[in-house]
Amino acid sequence: MTTIDKVSDEAPTNVVQREAGKTRGKGPLLTGLAWIISVLFVLPVLWMLLTSFHSETDAAANPPKFGAPLSLDGYRSFFESGPWPPLANSATASIVSTILVLVLAFPASYALSIRPVKRWADVMFFFLSTKFLPVVAGLLPVYLFATKVHFLDNIWLLIILYTSMNLPIAVWMLRSFLAEVPIEMLEAAQVDGAGLIRTLRSIVAPVVTPGIASAGLICFIFSWNELLFARVLTGTRAETAPVYLTGFVTSQGLFLAKVCAASLVVSLPVLFAGFAAQDKLVQGLSMGAVK
Amino acid sequence: MSAVAAEQNSAMAKAGAWARRMPLMPALVFMIVVTQLPFLFTLGISFMHWNAYYPQDKGFAGIDNFKNVLTDVNARNAILVTIVLTVAVVVVSLVLGLIIAMLLDRKFHGRGLARTLMITPFLIVPVAAALMWKHALYNPDYGLLNGLLKLLFGDGAAQPDWISNNPVIAIEVALIWQWTPFMMLILLAGLQSRPMDVVEAARIDGASPWQIFTNMTLPHLRQYIELSGLLGAIYVVQNFDAVFTITSGGLGSANLPYFIYETFYQAHDYGEASAAGVIVVIGTIIIATFALRTVLSLFTEETAR
Repeated sequence: MTTIDKVSDEAPTNVVQREAGKTRGKGPLLTGLAWIISVLFVLPVLWMLLTSFHSETDAAANPPKFGAPLSLDGYRSFFESGPWPPLANSATASIVSTILVLVLAFPASYALSIRPVKRWADVMFFFLSTKFLPVVAGLLPVYLFATKVHFLDNIWLLIILYTSMNLPIAVWMLRSFLAEVPIEMLEAAQVDGAGLIRTLRSIVAPVVTPGIASAGLICFIFSWNELLFARVLTGTRAETAPVYLTGFVTSQGLFLAKVCAASLVVSLPVLFAGFAAQDKLVQGLSMGAVK
Repeated sequence: MSAVAAEQNSAMAKAGAWARRMPLMPALVFMIVVTQLPFLFTLGISFMHWNAYYPQDKGFAGIDNFKNVLTDVNARNAILVTIVLTVAVVVVSLVLGLIIAMLLDRKFHGRGLARTLMITPFLIVPVAAALMWKHALYNPDYGLLNGLLKLLFGDGAAQPDWISNNPVIAIEVALIWQWTPFMMLILLAGLQSRPMDVVEAARIDGASPWQIFTNMTLPHLRQYIELSGLLGAIYVVQNFDAVFTITSGGLGSANLPYFIYETFYQAHDYGEASAAGVIVVIGTIIIATFALRTVLSLFTEETAR
């Protein structure tokens, strides 16, 4: 921005002045629009937040009572309903599968970038193409197999499936980060006789650590959010938080405040991780295309 | 070079090639076993009569299951819903995301906060978001939408049943709300990687904002638009959470994933569910061939660099 100001100061041609004036006139309008849209997008969440702190009767009022007294009943009835086992299951499935993904993806992406195998692009396509296979098409054999070997309702089944669900994304992301490692420096280190560990630590790690953080964050979010596998393959023991959430809606009685409270609590880890690491989220989502 | 040395050389090259392949193997084998093997079984089952409710009728079915799926009104409707849902959600989210990204690319006070507010919808667990739309917003008796109508127009205000009136649009709106921030994030990152000095030079040369947008911004963003559209499409095609939560596939709003889930999990018709799965995969492969060409262009650009 400073460059523009300088240029328009130093080169007072008609065109520049007119353009600058025009943008300045529109500025507040566009800023206002940006704020209005941002607030509109977050409004449903704020409404959910407000509703979660109302009593069930106030939450179901129409027209809505924005100023109704605040109450913790929604949260109380959520936490009294026994949400800890499903929350713990979700945490286990997400964290363990994310670690597994990174352990498998890091060497694989090394073999696809720094010391590439022959036809590495074809291998990359294979990984990506599995993301196009609709998971639902492979669900039935997995279900039948798990029934046969008594592996249903077992958190390890979800861990394996979540690992396969996220592995291609992690390989793609880590590969694009590893492609940035300066190969000449690697070779120079080898010539100088630096050991593998030292090479990894001083040359590879600085480039790849942000990539690992991004990939880990995205894999964690996708695993935490997953519903279809968890719904079909788990029962009472390995039930995850999203499945638990769907059980909150009952045909009788009021439940809105409780559902809102439960939805927010279950979203909290993702909200927290996402807000704390916005840049990592952007880098991860753009598959490392953006640095 | 003697024959022995040549042999030694090729043996070393082979060993080297395997040394290169080793780090790849665990991930590759894992993916083949967990994602490809089940699909081979799906393919096999799709040619069988197999309904868990009628175990005595199990046997070879030829192409009966495929005939059933393709002539089933519900299945055809599910194909249509999947296409409409995916195209609508991806296109609208992309356009909205681009507009918002351009608004947030400008420097103004509190821009970071506005961006944080904007990405919130993407950070709500999809089931939770679907529950929120269904009960806290769309519900005809106590949802916010009808509540606001009553607040604005008095007790006589219309109180439409949003989901029953337009089930597919109700799902689309909820998904657009979740995916617009995703598109916006990638496009904003793309906008911020523009070489600003070139844009400034064009502006000084008298290029209009529209000319700068169509001739400079859009071509630069192409890669980012393709990437976000592709990723969005992969996930929206397979959407299950929103359809399951908001309409449970009722009122003709079932998409293919939900249709297959229902055929297999509720009707227990394994043969027909597998046939539907195979059809989805064939359809996806056709679409993905085009999409992968996009990815291919990303790769070739990189190798050319």
